[in-house]
Amino acid sequence: MSILIDKNTRVLCQGFTGSQGTFHSQQAIAYGTQMVGGVTPGKGGAQHLGLPVFDTMHEAVQATGADASVIYVPAPFGKDSILEAAFAGVKLIVCITEGIPTLDMLEVKVKCDELGVRLIGPNCPGVITPGACKIGIQPGHIHLPGKVGIVSRSGTLTYEAVKQTTDAGFGQSTCVGIGGDPIPGSSFVDMLRLFQADPQTEAIVMIGEIGGSAEEEAAAYIKAEVTKPVVAYIAGVTAPPGKRMGHAGAIIAGGHGTAEEKFAALQDAGVTTVRSLAEISQALATATGWTR
Amino acid sequence: MNLHEYQGKQLFAEYGLPVSRGHVVETPKEAAEACDKLGGHRWVVKAQVHAGGRGKAGGVKVVTSKEDAREFALHWLDQRLVTYQTDSRGQPVSKILVEDCIEVERELYLGAIVDRSSRRIVFMASTEGGMDIEKVARDTPHLIFKLTLDPLVGAQPFQGRQLAGWLGLKGAQIEQCVHIFTTLARLFIENDVALLEVNPLVITKAGNLHCMDAKVSIDSNALYRHPHLREIHDSSQRDPRENHAEKWELNYVALTGDIGCMVNGAGLAMATMDMVNLHGGRPANFLDVGGGATQERVSEAFKIILSDAQVKAVLVNIFGGIVRCDMIAEGIIHAVQDVGVKVPVVVRLEGNNADKGAAFLAESGLNIIPALDLQDAAARVVSAAMEAKAL
Repeated sequence: MSILIDKNTRVLCQGFTGSQGTFHSQQAIAYGTQMVGGVTPGKGGAQHLGLPVFDTMHEAVQATGADASVIYVPAPFGKDSILEAAFAGVKLIVCITEGIPTLDMLEVKVKCDELGVRLIGPNCPGVITPGACKIGIQPGHIHLPGKVGIVSRSGTLTYEAVKQTTDAGFGQSTCVGIGGDPIPGSSFVDMLRLFQADPQTEAIVMIGEIGGSAEEEAAAYIKAEVTKPVVAYIAGVTAPPGKRMGHAGAIIAGGHGTAEEKFAALQDAGVTTVRSLAEISQALATATGWTR
Repeated sequence: MNLHEYQGKQLFAEYGLPVSRGHVVETPKEAAEACDKLGGHRWVVKAQVHAGGRGKAGGVKVVTSKEDAREFALHWLDQRLVTYQTDSRGQPVSKILVEDCIEVERELYLGAIVDRSSRRIVFMASTEGGMDIEKVARDTPHLIFKLTLDPLVGAQPFQGRQLAGWLGLKGAQIEQCVHIFTTLARLFIENDVALLEVNPLVITKAGNLHCMDAKVSIDSNALYRHPHLREIHDSSQRDPRENHAEKWELNYVALTGDIGCMVNGAGLAMATMDMVNLHGGRPANFLDVGGGATQERVSEAFKIILSDAQVKAVLVNIFGGIVRCDMIAEGIIHAVQDVGVKVPVVVRLEGNNADKGAAFLAESGLNIIPALDLQDAAARVVSAAMEAKAL
């Protein structure tokens, strides 16, 4: 078991023939992901990487029976692409694209919820179930099938946590990058709920950062519902207020969204927090009693 | 991306919102002329900077003669205004807004943001206008009234009437409030606004609602569809290094410490700053070189970091996911040679071909200190900076 995706997940790529879509689809295929085709408007009927290209998501889903889609289109087309996938009937959409306007995401989020579609991202590295299915831009080789569920707002910080849990031999059940935007398709709480219900996941690593209150909401959820050990790290203790730190959502606004507030909320919920990124797997070992 | 007050008011005026008549001036002579053009005996002169708290800092004044307007302009133009919202250097003043002076009966507050938690556009109003609204929200939350825009039907007149009732408005003011609320909602959506504030929204002595200030911030990700707003942006209000970094698609934020940081990924860049801090050092900047850390971008990143004279040592922290660390190491070596880096550079490479990359760095003969891991890197760069300071 895992969450969101497994070896049976059939994946389409939107923006398939572009440079990003091509490169990361090749990597996904090499990893063993069941890529079943892609969409590039105007190139329908062609073959790319040995897979069929379609003009629309509707045709692509009809023809391939895909249940997931990964999006590598430029930001101005992000909203249209997500909605196209949602209306075409896939159940999981992973949007890698960075820079989609916030107001576009407000509309997209409402619609995805209404249609019962799970959206991961945008502005994220994707989702990977090690050894089974990789949807996104993660370096596959650092992962190891195992028992830790990882959820993070940042790509490179996910990789750090993955590497540590691989080196320690714990491995990962599924790793989800929920993205660095102010309005993500899925929240920490959404992923915590899935990890809590997943028998393969024995412990959870949560990596947050400054801005918004998603970590505080996660803390409240953990306190009420999560029985598995959770280790959390928050980036941005030294970030100055009012400055956007790379990610659109990483900003301390009106004195709120600081790392200290988030650490405090998580500690209050019984979460093991680490101040140093390098201490994640050590903290996991302590929280679970596992030996490294 | 922030707009100046005068730009926000121009936008308000285009939407038919009640704002004062005014002129933007760039010289003392123009300031005096603006008074003549407006007529009357009292004017408000306001220094244009991207920061609040201007009034308390002396950047806003009521003047009763055009000589005083000229004096004010002479005093502030080409100076920097320091307020509680700016850093200690303040923001440069290159324009002054000269406006009709409005007689005020009551000051209110009206603002709107995208609320991340509810994922809706939320309007906030308060009877405590002119105050620091963050303080009002913290100390007296019951004095803040919130209205949420429904994603399907948007701002409705009945909500404007609710707002009017809560603010204690009467008679014709109710319709004025409905107009201001629904119009601001339209302006918010049509311009991809991220944050909007009218502080204060006033009731004039004549009994009418009037927008005395206009703070507008636009979602930077949406600027591609608002070329006009992108064009009018005053980049002098930002740190010049941040502007330069933007040209190279590098995310840079200037800080006050002495350890320069170059990292791939925004999250890891923040985590690196925090790690430096944990080891007793102070980061000089946030810098994300992004996924494609090419030699050219690494060079530019070094130039930007080193243009800060405070920097005593540099920490390069790269997690090579899909890119190979040996390529990045070569990029760093070339960049260090090209730019002529004089300060010690500590490099931590992790991921693809990290060992090969570390070997390249060791053989380069340059002042590059390879680190074993993240902790080691932070410890080494902090001690390198200490040593450099002791010299």
